[in-house]
Amino acid sequence: MSSKVIQAMYTDDDVLMSAVKKVRQENHHIEEVYTPFPVHGLDKAMGLAPTRLAITAFMYGCVGLAVATTMMYYIMIVDWPQNIGGKPSFSFIENMPAFVPIMFEMTVFFAAHLMVITFYMRSKLWPFKEAENPDPRTTDDHFLMEVAVHGGNEEELTALLLATGATEIKVTDKKH
Amino acid sequence: MILGGILVGVSFATTPGSVEEMKAHEAAHGHGGHGEEASHDDGKTAHHDDHKTDAHATNDHHGETSHDDAHASEGHHDAGAGHHNSAKHDEHKLTQLQNKPWAAIYIAAFFFMMISLGVLAFYAIQRAAQAGWSPVLFRVMEGITAYIIPGTISIIILLVLCMPSLHLNHLFHWMDPKLVDPDSEIFDTLTYGKKAWLNVPWFLIRAVIYSAIWVAYRQLSRKFSLRQDDADDNSNFKKNFRLAAIFLVLFLISESMMSWDWIMSFDHHWFSTLFGWYVFASMFVSGITVIALVTIYLKSKGLLPYVNDSHLHDLAKFMFGVSIFWTYLWFSQFMLIWYSNIPEEVTYFVTRIEDYNLPFFGMIALNLIFPLLILMNSDFKRLNWIIVIAGTVILFGHYIDVFNMVMPATVGPNWSLGMPEIGGILFFLGLFIFVVFTALTKAPLLAKRNPFIEESKQFHY
Repeated sequence: MSSKVIQAMYTDDDVLMSAVKKVRQENHHIEEVYTPFPVHGLDKAMGLAPTRLAITAFMYGCVGLAVATTMMYYIMIVDWPQNIGGKPSFSFIENMPAFVPIMFEMTVFFAAHLMVITFYMRSKLWPFKEAENPDPRTTDDHFLMEVAVHGGNEEELTALLLATGATEIKVTDKKH
Repeated sequence: MILGGILVGVSFATTPGSVEEMKAHEAAHGHGGHGEEASHDDGKTAHHDDHKTDAHATNDHHGETSHDDAHASEGHHDAGAGHHNSAKHDEHKLTQLQNKPWAAIYIAAFFFMMISLGVLAFYAIQRAAQAGWSPVLFRVMEGITAYIIPGTISIIILLVLCMPSLHLNHLFHWMDPKLVDPDSEIFDTLTYGKKAWLNVPWFLIRAVIYSAIWVAYRQLSRKFSLRQDDADDNSNFKKNFRLAAIFLVLFLISESMMSWDWIMSFDHHWFSTLFGWYVFASMFVSGITVIALVTIYLKSKGLLPYVNDSHLHDLAKFMFGVSIFWTYLWFSQFMLIWYSNIPEEVTYFVTRIEDYNLPFFGMIALNLIFPLLILMNSDFKRLNWIIVIAGTVILFGHYIDVFNMVMPATVGPNWSLGMPEIGGILFFLGLFIFVVFTALTKAPLLAKRNPFIEESKQFHY
C-alpha cells in the first residue's frame, strides 16, 4: 500500500482554513494538519469526529465523588468515629456538610488529572518521545497540511494545493 | 424604524395577556389589602380575600388548633416575647398571618427588581470588559433593565408602607419603636445596638440612594448607547465604558448594602458576611436566564437575525456557571454557620430546615442539580427548548430562594404557595413583561454603530 503524502506549507491560519475546506470539497483525504497553535474551527473543517474527552471527564468526576464519599465514610465514621463541630452524631448524613469540600475537591482532582492522562494516552504522548511533526517550522509560524496521494493524482493535487495558497509543496513517503 | 414598527405589533400581541392578568390581579390585591384592613378586629381570617376564604378557612382552622404544640422557633425573631403565654402567642401568629400577603407581594416585587438589576450588572460587565460577543444582545439587555425604574419604585413604595406608623404590617420587625425603647417590656438590646444603621428615616434614604445609582446608570448608559447608533466616532462608546467601570464599583457596594437592608434585616438579629454576594449570585443567574429567554422569544419572532446559537450557547454557559457559583456561596454560608453552631447564627438555618424543609432543600435540586445535569452537555446549551426548560426551573428556584430568605422571618411556619404568592408573581410578571417589551419597541434591536458589532455578528464557537 502506498503511503505517499503531499505536504503543503501555509503561513496564515485563515488561508489554511479555506484551503482545508477546498481540499475536502474536492474529496481528497487530509491525513493531518500541523499547526503552531490551536486553530478555532479547524476540527470541524477537517471533519474530525467530536471529542469524547468530556464524557470521560464526567465519568472520572463520578469516580472521584464515589472515592471521596467512601473514603470519608470509612475514615471519619467507621474506622475512627470523629466528633465533628461539637455534634457527635457519628452519622454520615448528618456530618455530610463537613465532607462536601473534600468530595468536591476529589471530584475535580480525579476529573482533571485523569482527563489529562487520557489525553496524553490518546495522543500517544510520553516523556522523551520523538516529535512527529515533519517540519520544525510548524512549532513556530508555519502550518502544514498532509494530504494522501492515491495513484496518479499527484500533479492534480499539487496544482490544487498551490491554488489554495500553499507556499511550499513536498512529496514524501510517510515513515509510519 | 421599520423594526420598531414590527416590534410595536409584537408588543401589542404580547401585552393584552399580561395587562389582563395585571388588571385581574390588581383587583385581587385590592380585595386582599382591603379585606386585611377591615378584618383587623375580627382577627383570625385576617388576610384572606373573598376568593380564598373557602380554600384557606380550613387551613387556618387547622393552624389555630395546632398552635399548642407550635414550634418554639416561631418566636425567634421576636426576642423571645412571643411564646410565653397563649394570648401573646395568638397575637404573634395573627401578626404573621397579616404579614403573609405583604410578604408575598414583597417577594414578587423584589424578585423582578432583582432580575432587572442582575441584567444591569451583566450589561455593565459586558461594557466594562468591551466584550466582543455580546453587542447584538445589548438592546435586549437594555430592554430588560428598563424595569429597574418601576421595580425600585415599587420596592420603595412597599418599604414606605412597612413603616410602623402606618400600622399596615410588621414585615420589618426592627421598625417597631418599642424594641428600641429602654422602658418597654420588649426592649431588645441587640436591635438597640444596631439603631444607628437600622432606623426608619436612614433606611428609606438609603433605599432612595441605591435606586438612584442604578436608575442613573441605566438611563445614562441607554442614552449613550442610542446616541452611538448615529454617531460618527466612538466617543459615546468610550463614555459608556467609563461609566460601566464606575457603576460596577458603586453597584457592588450598593447591592451588598441593599441585601442587608431589604432582606437580611428581616432577621435583624442574624447576620452573614457573604449575604451580599449570595443575593448577587441569585440575581445574576436569574438575570442571565431572563436575557436568554427573552432572546429566544424575540429570535423565534424573527426579530434578532444576527443572534446565532453560539450567543445562546454563551448565555447558557453563564447560566450553568453562575448556578454553580450560587450553590458555592449558598453552601459556604450554610457550612460555616452549621460548623460553628453559634446559637445566634444557627437559628436562621434551624428555622429553615424545620419549617421550610421542602423549599429549602428543594431549592438545591432546582438551582444546582437540575441545571448542572441538563446544561452540562455542550450540545444541549444550543437547543432552545432545553434552555427554556432549564431557565424556567432556574427562575422558579430563585423565586423560592427569595421566598426562603423573606418568609421565615415574616410569617414563620405559616407559609404556603397560595393565592397571594401566585397573584404577586403574576402581577409583577405582567408589569415586567409590559415594561420590558415596551422598552424593546423603542429602539432598533441592533446597536448598529457599536465598534464591536461586526465581531459580535460573526461570533461563532
